[in-house]
Amino acid sequence: MSVKKYIGDAWKGAASLLKGMRRTGYYFTHHKEIITQQYPDNRNELDLPERFKGEVVMPHNENNEHRCTGCQVCELVCPNGSIKVIFKNDLMPDGKKKKAIDKLVYHLDMCTMCNLCVENCPSDAIKMAQTFEHSVFDRNKLKKVLNKPDSKIMDGVE
Amino acid sequence: MYRETEIIKDFSTDGNGDMIINVGPQHPATHGVLHLVITLNGETIKKIEPHLGYIHRSIEKMCESLTFRQFIYVTSRMDYLSAHINNHACVLCVEQGMEVEIPPRAQVIRVLMDELTRIASHELWWGAMAMDLGAFTPFFHAFREREAINDIMEETCGARLTMNYNVPGGVVNDLHPNFQKRVKEFLELYKRKVHEYDELLTENVIFINRMKGVGVLSAADAISYGCSGPVARGSGVSCDVRKIYPYEIYDQLAFDEVLETDGDSLARYKVRVKEMNQSIKIIEQLIDNIPEGDFVAKTKNVLKLPKGEYYQRVETARGELGVYIISEGSTMPYRIKFRSPGFSNLSVLDKIARGGKIADLIAMMGTLDLVIPDIDR
Amino acid sequence: MWSFSEIANNLHQWLTGQFNDTWTLIIEMVLAGLAVISLFAVLGLVLVLMERKVSAWMQVRLGPNRVGPKGMFQTLADTVKLMIKEGVTPANADKLMFNLAPFLAIIVAMLLLAPIAFALNFQLWDINIGIFYIAAISSLSVISILMAGWASNNKYSLLGAIRSGAQMVSYELSAGLSILTIVVLVGDLKISSIVASQANGWWIFKGHIPVIIAFLTFIVAATAETNRAPFDMAEAESELTAGFHTEYSGMKFALFFLAEYVNVFIVCSIGAILFLGGPMPLHIGNWEGFNHVMDYIPSSVWFFGKTFFLIFLIMWVRWTFPRLRIDQLLNLEWKYLLPISMINLLLVTAIAILKWHF
Repeated sequence: MSVKKYIGDAWKGAASLLKGMRRTGYYFTHHKEIITQQYPDNRNELDLPERFKGEVVMPHNENNEHRCTGCQVCELVCPNGSIKVIFKNDLMPDGKKKKAIDKLVYHLDMCTMCNLCVENCPSDAIKMAQTFEHSVFDRNKLKKVLNKPDSKIMDGVE
Repeated sequence: MYRETEIIKDFSTDGNGDMIINVGPQHPATHGVLHLVITLNGETIKKIEPHLGYIHRSIEKMCESLTFRQFIYVTSRMDYLSAHINNHACVLCVEQGMEVEIPPRAQVIRVLMDELTRIASHELWWGAMAMDLGAFTPFFHAFREREAINDIMEETCGARLTMNYNVPGGVVNDLHPNFQKRVKEFLELYKRKVHEYDELLTENVIFINRMKGVGVLSAADAISYGCSGPVARGSGVSCDVRKIYPYEIYDQLAFDEVLETDGDSLARYKVRVKEMNQSIKIIEQLIDNIPEGDFVAKTKNVLKLPKGEYYQRVETARGELGVYIISEGSTMPYRIKFRSPGFSNLSVLDKIARGGKIADLIAMMGTLDLVIPDIDR
Repeated sequence: MWSFSEIANNLHQWLTGQFNDTWTLIIEMVLAGLAVISLFAVLGLVLVLMERKVSAWMQVRLGPNRVGPKGMFQTLADTVKLMIKEGVTPANADKLMFNLAPFLAIIVAMLLLAPIAFALNFQLWDINIGIFYIAAISSLSVISILMAGWASNNKYSLLGAIRSGAQMVSYELSAGLSILTIVVLVGDLKISSIVASQANGWWIFKGHIPVIIAFLTFIVAATAETNRAPFDMAEAESELTAGFHTEYSGMKFALFFLAEYVNVFIVCSIGAILFLGGPMPLHIGNWEGFNHVMDYIPSSVWFFGKTFFLIFLIMWVRWTFPRLRIDQLLNLEWKYLLPISMINLLLVTAIAILKWHF
């Protein structure tokens, strides 16, 4: 190995090291490049996209009515069995009995947010909410009943 | 005062000074629960024995009890860094039996997402490998660009990592209206920042010395061990599934298969870095030419695959992923087998690491780009 | 003007007025000990915070910003946490050696503080072999690492300790040789006379290129001797989990941590004293006016400014480069640094004999 090559290699190596140091030095002095989001502080500004899959919810209107007919498609399509539909018999005004949902139980702890239930729901009764702070101290709290108490099915939804 | 500790006993019983050391299942360099039993002589590695099974979730068995629409989401959990490409392989395999025409828009969307996923995966690999080598700063710089991709995914697919965006026949929902704008922003960001990768690692003399000539994998070995992806391409084996067995619209795209012939860690590193640029090239070709039309083909609600065997291979960020389905004509697969790239790539570790130092092993594991859930499934 | 040496003199005079000689000596020793311990605590807190902030800004992050204004009390909170943590001694460890090692590390660091000139005429102990004393004591720090690694009964620890031993022994040579260049130029081992010799300019400016080479060699060797990245073979967290202190927890770990940072401070202050004039203000030859203006800045500010500049340099290097491999590390020393510093020493000797330096 010639002396010239030795010195050349050493110089090239040192130059490459200095290049890296220039880069980190640039970021050390340019604080506006910082990309950290200060999460719990910026909760109000957090803008989650409307498609974000946080948890399954059932929207109700102002008369406490939902759109779920209890067709059980969500229960069938769920790969993990995290949805359970429990029925009751509603007494209709004309004296007939009608099958309706009593509870739509949703196990958030088993859900993988695959969105299959929402896609397959024929009456658009459930949708994905944009919440993501699901941690609780008791696992039972992740077992949710999606329909509100005393809620009824909306008129015209079959 | 002096007490005979177990290490001394270890040395004395063996007689030849060998030391058996467990790297993992909890070790900062294994990126997961990989367990390597290493026989060391001083710093030199004599033998490596990978012990698997710490994250075995029996995904293949699980898939057998799920319908053809349901099993796709489970595969996101195999190679979680290229979740979209895993799903892509599964839907392609199912579509083989469905005899359904995939709308061109869906094809383009899938390929776009594939390439974005590939860049995100390589980005994470780049940062994590730098961290293995003891440089912490590149990790955060890589995550800055990866975050931009994750945001795009979140907006269009609804999730950042396990997207579940593919369904048999197309994709779940149409692209977000902002998608093109966001992708162009990302391309601009990437091009503005990509020279930093060279400055921080690729040209760094310490890095080159750490990687050059380390863990040399010959082309013959790469073939006989079944390596694929950047690991095999670093040894000069042409194995890009996108080129050899093109799926979707890859045969109409202009991109190069990156090949390096040295077979050492540096070659594997270079392949991945150049592959990111090729993915950028593919995205640039497609982003302004997304055809209009349906994003999903009309399919039956209950999918039944005709009796038979189906195989589909795709190129994930780590190599060739094969999905093999046997259908008995019911709504569920009779048997599913995944040929994961990580498993074959891991199997060469013993071959290439012998005679190296512990630090070399870490560099090699970095460049093999192991994702443990992909190996164990 | 306000200065450390005046405070020390006034205190000494006041004490001699109050007590007899023996008691004065005892009280002064106690005060010095307290000062050293409090300096340790402050250094640990400041340097860890500095490291975290420097690394954060280089990594496009914010760094600690929750505890206190701008996160200034973060390290204090960490210290409290480490103090109340249990210091586990592994069942199969060599208990005496295991528990002794962190204290040895801290004692070595404490001994090294003695001859350092924090300000003009302000030293704990101006021993006539000052720089030799530093070189001798600093080589002891490897013993604590070897002890910790051996006694932990953990293979990772053992590997880290053996690596560290090989590294320290080799880098001591080039560190010693680069220190010698200045000793040759000054002709004295005493710290105060090394500082005094730089009254008309720092050695890095006066000594031509050979001293600059010696300075660079010293910085590299100092980084290696303090086991910091890119030479952190002994810890190498991605290879050996945490190296020699894998099994340590709580305050025993904190002592190792503290010793590392104090060692960084010490080698940087030695570098500042030898090459950058230590507490000596920036003086340029015969520029009376300029020199007079520079004298208005207290010498302690000069010393800490230079030291922290060198510490920042070492941190900058740490957060930029990947780690070397152990054989490359030894190659760098034996094939590059040692021959370079030997030839360099010859050159400097020639300069010193021919009086070419300014």
